[in-house]
Amino acid sequence: MSTPTLEVAHGGVPEGKEDIYAKEPVLSARKLVITFGRVVGLDGVDLDLYPGEVLAVIGDNGAGKSTLIKCLTGAYVADSGVITLNGQPVHFKKPQDAREAGIETVYQQLAVIPALDIASNLYLAREERRRGPLGSVLRMLDKKGMEKRAGQSVQDLGIQTIQNMSQAVETLSGGQRQAVAVARAAAFGSKVVVLDEPTAALGVKESGMVLDMVKQLRDRGLSVILISHNMPHVWEVADRIHIQRLGGRAGVVTPQTHDMGEGVAIMTGAKRLEGSS
Amino acid sequence: MSTEVTSAAAEFARRQQSPLQRVQHQLHGRPWLSPLFLLLVAFVAFFIGSATFLTASSMGILLQQTAVVAALAVGQTIVILTAGIDLSVGAVMVLSMMVMATLAKDGGMPGILALAVGVLLATAAGALNGLLVTRINLPPFIVTLGTLSVFTAIALLYSGGESIQADHLPRLLNFLGEGFGIGDFRLTWGIIVVILIYAVMGFVLSQTAWGRYVYAVGDDPESARLSGVPSKRILLAVYTVAGLIYGIAAWILIGRAGAATPNAFPDANLASITAVVIGGTSLFGGRGRLVGTLIGALIVQTLQFGLSQMGVDQQWRVLATGILVIVAVAVDQWIRKVKA
Repeated sequence: MSTPTLEVAHGGVPEGKEDIYAKEPVLSARKLVITFGRVVGLDGVDLDLYPGEVLAVIGDNGAGKSTLIKCLTGAYVADSGVITLNGQPVHFKKPQDAREAGIETVYQQLAVIPALDIASNLYLAREERRRGPLGSVLRMLDKKGMEKRAGQSVQDLGIQTIQNMSQAVETLSGGQRQAVAVARAAAFGSKVVVLDEPTAALGVKESGMVLDMVKQLRDRGLSVILISHNMPHVWEVADRIHIQRLGGRAGVVTPQTHDMGEGVAIMTGAKRLEGSS
Repeated sequence: MSTEVTSAAAEFARRQQSPLQRVQHQLHGRPWLSPLFLLLVAFVAFFIGSATFLTASSMGILLQQTAVVAALAVGQTIVILTAGIDLSVGAVMVLSMMVMATLAKDGGMPGILALAVGVLLATAAGALNGLLVTRINLPPFIVTLGTLSVFTAIALLYSGGESIQADHLPRLLNFLGEGFGIGDFRLTWGIIVVILIYAVMGFVLSQTAWGRYVYAVGDDPESARLSGVPSKRILLAVYTVAGLIYGIAAWILIGRAGAATPNAFPDANLASITAVVIGGTSLFGGRGRLVGTLIGALIVQTLQFGLSQMGVDQQWRVLATGILVIVAVAVDQWIRKVKA
């Protein structure tokens, strides 16, 4: 091959965090394949996510970033391959399965319902009922309680700009909507939070807010998968960077061992990581 | 640092709103206000135009006339909230009605059993619509356009095209046409059943998780699915419950009409859709209130009833309803364009 190669960094370990990577990965995928008719979405991808790390997934358009995380979170079902959570094989048939296993996802399209208010969105498909017969027999929702706890979740993330939980989501700005979606994931994710392009449509200030939230999630001990096109954002928050290319994994680097230029070079195929498949 | 910085936007926020803009704002928050206002206008107009309109007996008749449409419109509302449409409303009701009446008269079935079979059949018909929408992924418009013809044909074939008069039927089937008078104001059991349907469905839509899912599926089906809402199950349930309500409407109609007729209430589809739309529920799904539908049904019937009391021809009444629908949707669009 004439492609220039970089030094081996397959599964590279960030300095000072060696203890994390001595543990077993919280989420692993091996040889995931998914096809859509004749189009190959994923061509045998491996992925490892360790407890308490931010793993960024980068790649060109069509490299299979979103497809990969959709397979990991139950939105798609892979044709073949193995996914393990804490070492146990899992088979997610729908997003709900992944959520029940402790994997929360913030999709690029956010998956919020514009006409519903913030509290309703935070608790969508996880509604809490009133105590007593009102809840058990009449199945009445505990609207006040959910509103209160939604406010707490939003506050926990340090989001100051959202005050009124009974505000419809359609009245919020892009950054605020993102914050609602992240707050939902943070409130319910017990193991893994996946964020698909969380800063794509945001301004500088709002992006900064979202990146702070990402760091907070990690500080709480959650593992985060961050899909992004924005290299400065990735290099700012990621512990390791999974580079996706042509439906496969081109390699894994760390912000310490490789700079953005090298990352982009691997992503586009201008350079190859030595030792990668 | 000064906190007294006046940005252009803050300046804009403090602008003087015209009275029209203020009205628009109020309507945006409470979309059922405009149909309520319309209903009041109609009442005032007919009160002036007809001496017999605003009397106890007339009001009783108005409510009785509204009962069937109002019941059907509940089913239509939940279907439209999911961004669907049900064109088989009238066909399901008529099929259910003819089965109830024929089983009771020719089959000699006890009233309660005939009623149960009829209502169950309507529920199954609704479930069939739901299955076609969710399993075969056909657009609701196409599905219900097809089942409209299918159910109408079955109703005609089954009944042989013959009407069955009330005196051939057990009392239970006619029961909802009975009632009691409060002075000149006559309240039928059918009206009370309709009020109950609204109360139950209103509670379900606003107070339960299922109700929230109906709105979520209608507003953004993909987001709802990704959030973990069982979209297909909700859709199937919505069409099934709608069928159940059409079955109950069939029972109300027998009592109201004093007969089971295969060509009864030919404009049930349009009347129910009109009531929902005038009531402020969006045809695009996800937005609307059941109370709006009740007001919408009352508006449609008030217009019909008031104009007929004033001696206006049927054709003109149809024309007026048509204009009303267009005005209602135009107002809805205007309300949506509200500025912050």
